[in-house]
Amino acid sequence: MRGDAVFHVHGVSKVYRMGEVEVHALREVDLDLYEGELVVLLGASGSGKSTLLNILGGLDRPTRGEVFYRDHQLTAASDAQLTEFRREHVGFVFQFYNLIPSLTALENVALVTQIAANPMDPAQALELVGLGDRRNHFPAQLSGGEQQRVAIARAVAKRPDVLLCDEPTGALDYATGKLVLEVLERVNRELGTITVLITHNAAIAAMADRVIRIGSGRIVGIERNATRASPSEISW
Amino acid sequence: MVSPLVRIMLRELWHLRGQVVAAALVVACGVAAFISMRGTYHSLVVAQDDYYASYRFADVFANLKRAPESLAQRIRAIPGVAMVDTRVVADVTLDVPGLAEPATGRLVSIPPRREPTLNDLALSAGRYIEAGRSDEAIASRTFAEANGLRVGDSIGAVLNGRWTKLTIVGLALSPEYVYEVGSGVVFPDNRHFGVLWVGRPALAAAFQMDGAFNDVALTLAAGAVAQDVVDRLDRLLEPYGGLSAYPRRDQVSHRFLSDEFGEIEITSTWIPALFLAVAAFLLYTVLSRLVSTQRAQIGLLKAFGYSNLAVGLLYLSFAVATVTIGTIVGMAAGIWFGGLMTGLYGDYFHFPRLSFDAPASVLLETALIGLIAASVGALGAARRASSLPPAEAMRAEPPASFRAGLIERSGAGALLAPTLRMILRNLARRPWRAAMSILGVALAIGLMVVGRFGIDASSHLLHVQLDVIQRDDVTVTLREPREAAAREEIARLPGVLRVEGFRATAVWLRHGHRAKKVALVGIDADDSLHRLVDRRLRRVDLPPEGLALGRKLAEILDVKVGDTVTVEVIEGARPVREVPVSAVVDEYLGLGAYMDRRALARLLREDRLVSGARLRVDPAQAPRLYAELKQIPAVAGVEVKESVRKVVQDSLDRAFEMFSRIIVVFAGVIVAGTIYNSARIALSERGNELASLRVLGFRQREIVAILLGEQALLVAAAIPLGLAVGYAIAAALVPVFDRELFRLPLVITNLTYAWAALAAIVAALLSGAVVARRIGRLDLVAVLKTRE
Repeated sequence: MRGDAVFHVHGVSKVYRMGEVEVHALREVDLDLYEGELVVLLGASGSGKSTLLNILGGLDRPTRGEVFYRDHQLTAASDAQLTEFRREHVGFVFQFYNLIPSLTALENVALVTQIAANPMDPAQALELVGLGDRRNHFPAQLSGGEQQRVAIARAVAKRPDVLLCDEPTGALDYATGKLVLEVLERVNRELGTITVLITHNAAIAAMADRVIRIGSGRIVGIERNATRASPSEISW
Repeated sequence: MVSPLVRIMLRELWHLRGQVVAAALVVACGVAAFISMRGTYHSLVVAQDDYYASYRFADVFANLKRAPESLAQRIRAIPGVAMVDTRVVADVTLDVPGLAEPATGRLVSIPPRREPTLNDLALSAGRYIEAGRSDEAIASRTFAEANGLRVGDSIGAVLNGRWTKLTIVGLALSPEYVYEVGSGVVFPDNRHFGVLWVGRPALAAAFQMDGAFNDVALTLAAGAVAQDVVDRLDRLLEPYGGLSAYPRRDQVSHRFLSDEFGEIEITSTWIPALFLAVAAFLLYTVLSRLVSTQRAQIGLLKAFGYSNLAVGLLYLSFAVATVTIGTIVGMAAGIWFGGLMTGLYGDYFHFPRLSFDAPASVLLETALIGLIAASVGALGAARRASSLPPAEAMRAEPPASFRAGLIERSGAGALLAPTLRMILRNLARRPWRAAMSILGVALAIGLMVVGRFGIDASSHLLHVQLDVIQRDDVTVTLREPREAAAREEIARLPGVLRVEGFRATAVWLRHGHRAKKVALVGIDADDSLHRLVDRRLRRVDLPPEGLALGRKLAEILDVKVGDTVTVEVIEGARPVREVPVSAVVDEYLGLGAYMDRRALARLLREDRLVSGARLRVDPAQAPRLYAELKQIPAVAGVEVKESVRKVVQDSLDRAFEMFSRIIVVFAGVIVAGTIYNSARIALSERGNELASLRVLGFRQREIVAILLGEQALLVAAAIPLGLAVGYAIAAALVPVFDRELFRLPLVITNLTYAWAALAAIVAALLSGAVVARRIGRLDLVAVLKTRE
């Protein structure tokens, strides 16, 4: 499983100014992510896990340190280059789905495939998340879990190298949340997409290859699970 | 302590400053248009009234051949007559230094010593003539300025066969020539026509009018009926070759002024009204959006116990504040624009005192209209805010629901990219808002079309009149009708290639109770230098018998081909005849009445006399021809077509270009304001959506395309509608400009349409660019964590 690092994070710190106060969101973080792995970033709210995810996804820049995606140095990239990086390599899944309300499920997926170099068929992506029969529904006609699965289909349809999910079950009830996790696990297994999943729910860590614990802006521990648990086996 | 509600309002005003400024600018345009146009109208009317009163502008005028001065006593005795001034008036050919072509001077007698007269002079430079000096003249200031003449300069004139030098000792204006045109001329040509005031004894001597007069002006006593006086005056003057007296309303200068003022009054009402309608709509959309983003705050305020009225007033005051800003800016701009417009009118209408003045009543009226527009715009939103129950208000607005539209259901949707579908569905979700935006932009485009309609119509008018109808190079008018031999004499002048004589005589045309005094012109059927045409500019053959009347004249008399009119000749033996109407022809200038020259000679019971001739001239020899014409005593006037064209085109261009520029600024503000507002609302409603797309890897310009694509569609839809609106407004304006002096043809060139569309696109692009910059500032990180 361990090959060359796809993401290489070295000495990354992030300091925000909130009015008069400096907030150290990340302090000297080092981290590598490898081909095909499913990583859970576990931490309390305010621990810095979202900041790290944003930096990995090219949405934010660290104050110090460097981040490499393969041979691209993200920390030296311009805004336009970061946009291209997100466009070609990153799939995002948001806590609140962020679907386009004026587009149907299929169209939401097609919206992304039309700008991707080597996308899958939007209908096939919806099949992958088990929503083949809901393709012509608008977001307002879908449940929260269904909307999140559409969002996952939208994220994976362009065949990204990395799937970044920020609290994907945060807005969902227990049963629906498990369903969404199953979809993410399946995508990672079948497509081999590096999947980084942010959560404050420790139970979810069982489904990861590696669990990275974050607290007060530092990595406080990295654990490797011997076997990944299926989301259906997890309960919280 | 400032009330929290006031602070909320101020904060929101600041927060929405872009849209407030856009709406306020549109209000400002409406207010500026209203104040400048109303104020100009008011200033002109005041200047006119003041001028007429201070300088005793006459109420009734009459021209005649010659009457003894003793007749003046009998005129004074007519009941209802207050003051009477007799004068000697004659048109002569002038040799103006620096002007190749001959000019026409209207010599008007004044008393040798200054005394109050009717139509008195406002001397603006130099002095009054000295008694006993027959070579001194006061020149019209306008004529002098157009020709660069100054006090002390001399002008050559042929006074009754004798070459005379007149020295300009003063420059003046007269209420009789506020709009200074020669007889039978429509547009002022101040280089080639001007009034010169000369001492009565000198003029009388030159024109054998010692102890006699050929022109009379009088004022009416209070309560007198003008028409009664006109009728009595006509009876009195008839034996002396009276050419029919006319009341002030038919006096050329006054007539033109009243027509023009009437038009200003009409346009000064509806143009500002359009602006204020658009402003009200913009306020409505801004406020509706404000209310929906502030549902939580509204709920909170109500939960704290603020009344519905207080909350409603909060949003109303938002609109009032916007309109107040717009009104203040608009008033300042309006006063500035008004000064410009009044100055421009000052070039046409020569008043001794004309300055822009917007009276308090106009300012108050403006403020009131602005407030009404604000209230109309704000009322819907304010009512919505005040009627939201607090509990419901504090919940987030329900998620937007969409349906597949007509396009999808038709199956054609499969061809559309998802981004285009987003645009179409967003528009379709709020069809009224889209329709109102389209309407706002369309109105602006329509205004721009109308702004240039005047240029198109007047160019077409000049083309038809000067290229299609009048095909001569020079028209010579004789002082008195002459034997046909005069034609041969003209033909022998240098450079004359072709001569066509015409006979013109003043007549009354009567049909039923309708009557009109016109010049009846006798021409030959085979004339090639003057052509009669129909509406499509096809040649109409001159009937051998009967009248060919211009369409406007036929309308005034209410006659059609086959009807009979009574022709009363007002010169010579004054025959009265019944003459059939044989043709109706189309002209844009004046009230034409034509007859075959032989038929007219029979009607007048004379040989075939000529009153003038139309010439085709060899351009190389033209200067020699002009030099000779200046010396011929029998010539009363010379009109050189190309110089007329140049002068008229210049003055029309100046007027319409300025009007068109003002309109385009105002209309551009409407387009920019509407599109800016629409884009900002779209951005505020869908900022989250667009930021999500940025996160998903959409490039900034792709997001801009989605946001502005919607605006582009609105503009694209507005363009054809706007062009149609422009055409419709122009068509509605044509009857307003349907005057006896000239009519505007309904002609709009493709260039005007293209120009209006382009101006709208540029204005939309500019405001789009301003909004597009905000897309760079979308917070991509925040969108990951926020609920819609």
